[in-house]
Amino acid sequence: MSINPDQAIKFSPLHRLQWEEAQQKDVILYPEGMVELNQSSAEILKMCDGARKLDQIIADLEQKFATTGLTNDITAFLEVALKNGWIQQN
Amino acid sequence: MAGSNKTNITPPRWLLAELTYACPLQCPYCANPVDYANYQAELDTEDWKRVLTQARKMGAVQLGFSGGEPLTRKDLPELVKHARDLGYYSNLITSGYGLTEEKIVQLKEAGLDHIQVSIQASTQELNDHIAGTTSFEHKKEVAHLVKKHGYPMVLCVVIHRENIHQMPEILAMAEELGADYLELANTQYYGWAHTNRDLLLPTKEQFEQAEQIAQAFKEKVAGKMKIYYVVPDFYEDRPKACMNGWGTTFLTIAPDGVALPCHSARELPGLDCPNVKDYSIDQIWNESKAFNFFRGYEWMKEPCSSCDEKEKDFGGCRCQAYLLTGDMYAADPVCSKSPNHHVIEEAIDSARAGALSDNEKPLIFRNSKNSRLLS
Repeated sequence: MSINPDQAIKFSPLHRLQWEEAQQKDVILYPEGMVELNQSSAEILKMCDGARKLDQIIADLEQKFATTGLTNDITAFLEVALKNGWIQQN
Repeated sequence: MAGSNKTNITPPRWLLAELTYACPLQCPYCANPVDYANYQAELDTEDWKRVLTQARKMGAVQLGFSGGEPLTRKDLPELVKHARDLGYYSNLITSGYGLTEEKIVQLKEAGLDHIQVSIQASTQELNDHIAGTTSFEHKKEVAHLVKKHGYPMVLCVVIHRENIHQMPEILAMAEELGADYLELANTQYYGWAHTNRDLLLPTKEQFEQAEQIAQAFKEKVAGKMKIYYVVPDFYEDRPKACMNGWGTTFLTIAPDGVALPCHSARELPGLDCPNVKDYSIDQIWNESKAFNFFRGYEWMKEPCSSCDEKEKDFGGCRCQAYLLTGDMYAADPVCSKSPNHHVIEEAIDSARAGALSDNEKPLIFRNSKNSRLLS
C-alpha cells in the first residue's frame, strides 16, 4: 500500500487525533485502542486535512520547521499511517 | 484508607463503566458475577458524572459504557455527552437490544464514538438460543444502522463450543455487515462462563481448526477489517498479562459504585473494594488496599517470584488463580510452570467428556432467578 501523490490525504473519520494533557502528547484513539504519537508524527497527521496532497504536506512541514530533506521520512510515516487506517485517500 | 502508598503508580487509561446489571439477554457466558442479583443498587446520574470527571482528570481516556445492557439506563445520552465534553473516547458495548435508529442518531449527536454490537452466532436459531431472547434479525439491522450513521462498526462474537463450528459463517457475516473491526472473543471462564464451563469449553481440535480459519480470513481482509482475537488461554502455555498488570491501566466501576481493578475482582476475598460514594477516584486508585493489593511483584509466590517472565505476564490472572486453585496468590494455573497446571488439563478433559457424551446437562442461563439460586 503506498501514497498516491495525486490525491489529497485526510485523517480517517473513524479515528480521533487528540492532545492528551495527562500524557503531554498527541494520541490516536479508535475502538478500544490508543496509539501514542511523538511530536513529528503528530505534526504530519495534523496536515492530513483532506485538502493537501503529499507534496504540499512536505512543503508545509519543511517551511514550518525551517528545514529541508523531509521527503523520505514523511512519505515513510504516511505509508505506515495508511496501512494502519489512520489516514485515507479519495 | 487501608493499603500502602507505593511509588511509580501509573494513572488509569481505561475506565469501564458498568452502568447496570440489568439485561434483556441471558447469555450463559456472561462476565457479570453469578450473584449479580444481590447487587440491586445503581449509581445515579450525578455519581457517574463525578466518576467520569475524576477519572478523566487523572488521565483515563478510553471509556467503555457496559453492563448488563447499558441501553437500559435512561441517562445514557446525558452520560455520553458529559464524557464527550471531558474528551473521552466513548465505546458503547451493547447487545443492540432495544437500539433504534433514533437512539443511534441521538447518541451520535451526544458525542458517542463507537458502538460495539454483540452477535451470538451466524444463524437465527443458535443466536436466539444462546441469547435466550429473539434478537438475531434486530442485531443485524442495528449493525447496518451503526454503519449508516458513520460510527466505526465493531462486531463482537463470543466463541465457545456451541458456536465454534460456525466460524466460517461468522466471518462471512462480519464481511457482509461491513464490520470495520471483528472481535472474536474466545470465552474467558469467569462468572457465568465458569459455571457453564463443561458445556462451553471447546476441544483442542475445535480451537485449532477455528483459529486456522480465522487466521486465513485475517490475511484476506487485511486493510479492510481489523480482527481482535482474544486468545483461548486454557490452550496456551503461558498466562495472559491480565489487565496489563493489576492497578496499572484499567479501572472498572460496578453498577453499585464498587471500584474494581478488573471486572471479576469482586469474587476475590478480603480486598475490601472501595465504593465511589465514599472515596474519590484519586484516593481509590492511589491509596486503596484493593488497588495496591497485587501491584508490583512483592506479593508473588514461587514459581512466579523467581520467574524471568514475571514482568511480561505478572503471574497471569489473580481471579483465575483463585477460581481454579483457591489461592489468589498462586501462579495462574494456565502456566505450564504452575504446580496446579493439572486443573486446566482436568477442565479440558471434563469438557471433552461432556462433548462426546449424548446426555449433556443443559446450560444455565444468566437471569435473576438463576442468580438467586446460585448465590
